[in-house]
Amino acid sequence: MTASIITLESTSEDHHIARMAALALGLSVLEAAIPSPLPGVKPGLANIVTLIVLARYGWRTAAWVSLLRVLAGSLLLGSFLAPGFFLSLSGALCSLAVLAASRHLPQRWFGPVTHSILAAVAHIAGQLLLVYFWLIPHTGLLYLVPLFAAAALVFGTVNGLIAAHYLDEKKTDSLNMTTEIQPRINTDAHG
Amino acid sequence: MNLPLVYLKAGDYLVMLSGCLLTAFLALTLWQGGAADKAVIRSGGKVFSVAPLSRDQLIEVPGPLGISRIAIHNRQARIAADPSPRQYCVRQGWLKQAGEIAICLPNQISVELSGKKKNYDSLNY
Repeated sequence: MTASIITLESTSEDHHIARMAALALGLSVLEAAIPSPLPGVKPGLANIVTLIVLARYGWRTAAWVSLLRVLAGSLLLGSFLAPGFFLSLSGALCSLAVLAASRHLPQRWFGPVTHSILAAVAHIAGQLLLVYFWLIPHTGLLYLVPLFAAAALVFGTVNGLIAAHYLDEKKTDSLNMTTEIQPRINTDAHG
Repeated sequence: MNLPLVYLKAGDYLVMLSGCLLTAFLALTLWQGGAADKAVIRSGGKVFSVAPLSRDQLIEVPGPLGISRIAIHNRQARIAADPSPRQYCVRQGWLKQAGEIAICLPNQISVELSGKKKNYDSLNY
């Protein structure tokens, strides 16, 4: 018997997606440690990465990064195939669907903050729909909707501003993290 | 670091404003308490009486353990006396808003305030 070796061809784009997904994953694990007043109200820091990838590399890459993050995040946090995983998934899918439409808005007037808010609202809407039709088919859920909407607005705006900061051409000419962070650390150390 | 405001474009303000309006609209429509105008009194699961809150009165409802007295006063309702051993429903005090409910399980009696449209009777997630 000969040992069979399976080789997967991976392109540099695959590596890039994996790097970005790992970054998003780190943020979502970090955020899982932050206590939340209400299940479902989270800053959604990983979406900053999705927004940056969307602006720089397009929707397809952003979808890969976002869905990989959901999958790997659930494996790391132990919620794979548990309700929390499907909630993340439905939120991510709704966000991506909205982002697919919103990225066609004229760039002159609409920046990352718009995309971020729309994605955040879509995210929580997708989750609430799944909660209502699958987990808690009770109209009492409606009572929480304004809270979720307010949280989506606030966190969407903040995440959008952070993404806009990193997308600012004047400061960072690329979000290739490996090459970008290194010189910064050096200049900081010497300056 | 620049002020974050420099990253906002005209459309972003528009989206933020619409978001605020949407949230305010949701809060106003979904959080209105709903004025109660009647008390639905049930005994053994069946509606015993539907009393308007506009008139102060004392209603006596018979249950398996004895008589429960339900007081309606000043557009509020409460269970004033009840033979149940732990008196949970009595201690609940005055019910003011539509959807509020006091239940005396041992005596199988409940009082629920209801308005023009039915409000949520519980919250869970």
